[in-house]
Amino acid sequence: MGSTSAENRNTGGIGRRDLIKRSAALGLISVPTMSFLSACASSDSGSEDKAKTGKKTKKNPLGVNETAALSVVIFDGGFGTKYATDANAEYKKAYPKVTIDFHKTQKIQSELQPKFNGGTPPDLIDNSGAQQMDMGVLVGKKQLTDLTPLLDAPSIDDPAKKVRDTLRPGIVEMGQFDGDPVWIMYYAYTVYGVWYSQTALEKLDSTYPEDWDAMLALCAKAKKKGIAGWTYAGKYPYYLPFSLYPFIAKIGGREVLDKIDNLEPNAWKDPAVKSAFEAYYELYKKGYILKGTPGIDHIQSQTAWAKGKALFIPNGSWVENESAKVIPADFNLAVSGPSGLDSSDKMPFGTIWASGGEPFIVPAKANNPAGGMEQLRIMLSEASSKNFTSQVKSLTAFNGGTDGIELTPGLKSGVAALDKAGDNVVNPRLQDWYVKLQKEQIGVSGLGEMMAGRLTPAEAIKKIQGYADAAAKDQSIKHYKHQ
Amino acid sequence: MQHGKYRFIVGFLVAPLALYAIFVIWPFIQAIYYSFTDWTGLSPDFKMVGFANYTRMFDDDIFWKSLRHSLVFALLLPLVTLSLALFFAFMLNVGGRRRKGAAITGVRGSGFYKIAYFFPQVLSIAIVALLFQFAYNPNDGVINGTLQAIGLGSVQPDWLGDPNLALWCVMAVLLWSTVGFFVVLFSAGMASIPKDFYEAALLDGASRFTTFFKITLPLLWDTVQSGWVYMGILSLGAEAFAAVQIMTVGPGGPDYSTTVLPLYVYQSAFRDANAAYATTIGVALLVVTLLFAAIVMRLGRRERLEY
Repeated sequence: MGSTSAENRNTGGIGRRDLIKRSAALGLISVPTMSFLSACASSDSGSEDKAKTGKKTKKNPLGVNETAALSVVIFDGGFGTKYATDANAEYKKAYPKVTIDFHKTQKIQSELQPKFNGGTPPDLIDNSGAQQMDMGVLVGKKQLTDLTPLLDAPSIDDPAKKVRDTLRPGIVEMGQFDGDPVWIMYYAYTVYGVWYSQTALEKLDSTYPEDWDAMLALCAKAKKKGIAGWTYAGKYPYYLPFSLYPFIAKIGGREVLDKIDNLEPNAWKDPAVKSAFEAYYELYKKGYILKGTPGIDHIQSQTAWAKGKALFIPNGSWVENESAKVIPADFNLAVSGPSGLDSSDKMPFGTIWASGGEPFIVPAKANNPAGGMEQLRIMLSEASSKNFTSQVKSLTAFNGGTDGIELTPGLKSGVAALDKAGDNVVNPRLQDWYVKLQKEQIGVSGLGEMMAGRLTPAEAIKKIQGYADAAAKDQSIKHYKHQ
Repeated sequence: MQHGKYRFIVGFLVAPLALYAIFVIWPFIQAIYYSFTDWTGLSPDFKMVGFANYTRMFDDDIFWKSLRHSLVFALLLPLVTLSLALFFAFMLNVGGRRRKGAAITGVRGSGFYKIAYFFPQVLSIAIVALLFQFAYNPNDGVINGTLQAIGLGSVQPDWLGDPNLALWCVMAVLLWSTVGFFVVLFSAGMASIPKDFYEAALLDGASRFTTFFKITLPLLWDTVQSGWVYMGILSLGAEAFAAVQIMTVGPGGPDYSTTVLPLYVYQSAFRDANAAYATTIGVALLVVTLLFAAIVMRLGRRERLEY
């Protein structure tokens, strides 16, 4: 090998090097990332030959075809998939002649997108995880089956009750986008809030602070012992809203959050938002945030918190399962609604954010939609719900179903927090309506920057309002409103 | 002898060119077509919207930011990587002191260094990015730990959490993981440069500096140029995407300080369900890549030396 070129010896014609060069130049075209996109290009070959529905009977209220195959795709994440295969077995017990095609994956979107495009989606999908398909788009493009028949069907445990009457508050509404149809059945029920170790607070002779002065006092006390007050998933600052949004609602009432969800002009300029931002910013200014927090991810922050380096972390009830390995045995995990600002708050202490998780959908073009819904009906029975709760330490959409099983500390505390909240459960919708706005713009560029001390609360509010206004104007995304 | 040469070449090229056309060129044409639609990627129905996606792109701050970052990657990263790799390769092959009678030799232990440099190359970029994500952890990462250990406890940056540092942190990782490949590539190139040249230079009393610039670099020019194009494409495309996606806040942050074009394509297509807009950005990326390659090829054109 040398740097001589072949064409000098080979008079005339295309030299080896020229050829290589030209093909290299051509090869460049292949490098940018665009070609993979059209690999999943659309081909509209939707099959209209759906499985015939069976006869509707008392035992089979949805009219499931007793011989039609059922295909199920489950997200294989923090909850695993055993609960789903258990439910499959129940289905099989009820309809022995069917075959069930079960598939688990972490890549929901990349595996299912071509199937939606090709018109051959499965009958039931757990559309969850980092690769979740955008629900707003699926609904807007009429890709989902209305689940109202499921909600109006009698429940498995008590035929006198409809399925909708056995569900926790907010579940049905969360599945709606605008109008009556229910497109999504959230199966898990997540409690969001401020998570802490009861033991750690006891060591500081303290209890969970109910207002912000008490919170600051507790953080000051902890700081003297070398413990930070708060930490959060700095790489994903959109965990902050888990405690911040209900805090805003507590200060200014739930209308403030509704206005924010509806992308109303100046919604973020509400005084309640300002007070809440200033309160959180004070945590930064007084040095109560664990050092280095803006540079760590959710696992690293949860680990630091479990090791006792920080008292509080905004998170969801999955943290108990996710951090099970690093949470010490005597940790006594607990969750609380956010501390309020002061006695002028509009909602009582205990106001909390709780809402559905693990969204299940039945595609509009599914071959066997009745089967998909029937599987959900089975999963919403008391027995299946208990099975899920005891397996993965999370509540389900089924209201109740915790009697007689041993609850872990976090789960017990979550149930207690829900009891305490009563009707004061808020459910901000930004994270399922406007994913980009919530995660990247409000979360990373607004809250993340403010909590890292690079924006003042006023600047953060101005910036976030700008993003919200842009989203409201953007015609390429579908807009939703609270009914 | 020349007769039928083209037919011969074409005969051999038909099959690969056909495959290339079907699997590479055709998707590109399709992608360009989709950039004029409002296709979401989640349903088969879409309609033509003309240049709407392009107007949107030209008004999009995030697009310009990611373009800027991608350009910084494509210009700076090859420069630093190749310079370092040339320096290392020169030291490993030519830079040593004379010993055991050999006129031209590398520094002591150069065999070991070669392996050490090449080692990162066997790790996938995803693993490298994950490893460095831990190293950059401001609390118990190895970098801040080292700073503390050498008495710089007061200097504890947030690294990936700091918008002024994040982009450089990502670049450093890409540099670390690719420089070894070029060291090996350039070493191979240098090995084929006749030893007499160096011996003659030594006899004339040339310094290492002169030897490098008057002999090594000119004779290695073609290799350097190919390396430049290759490295530029890596940093415009896949490698930069993976590192940014895995390591940075958001990802792409904090506050859009590390977004690059391929990441923006990915996010538009698979998070925002706006595949049409993603293909539009893809077209922009295609243009940037072609321009980059054209410029490098043109600037790099020079007379060939024969030996």
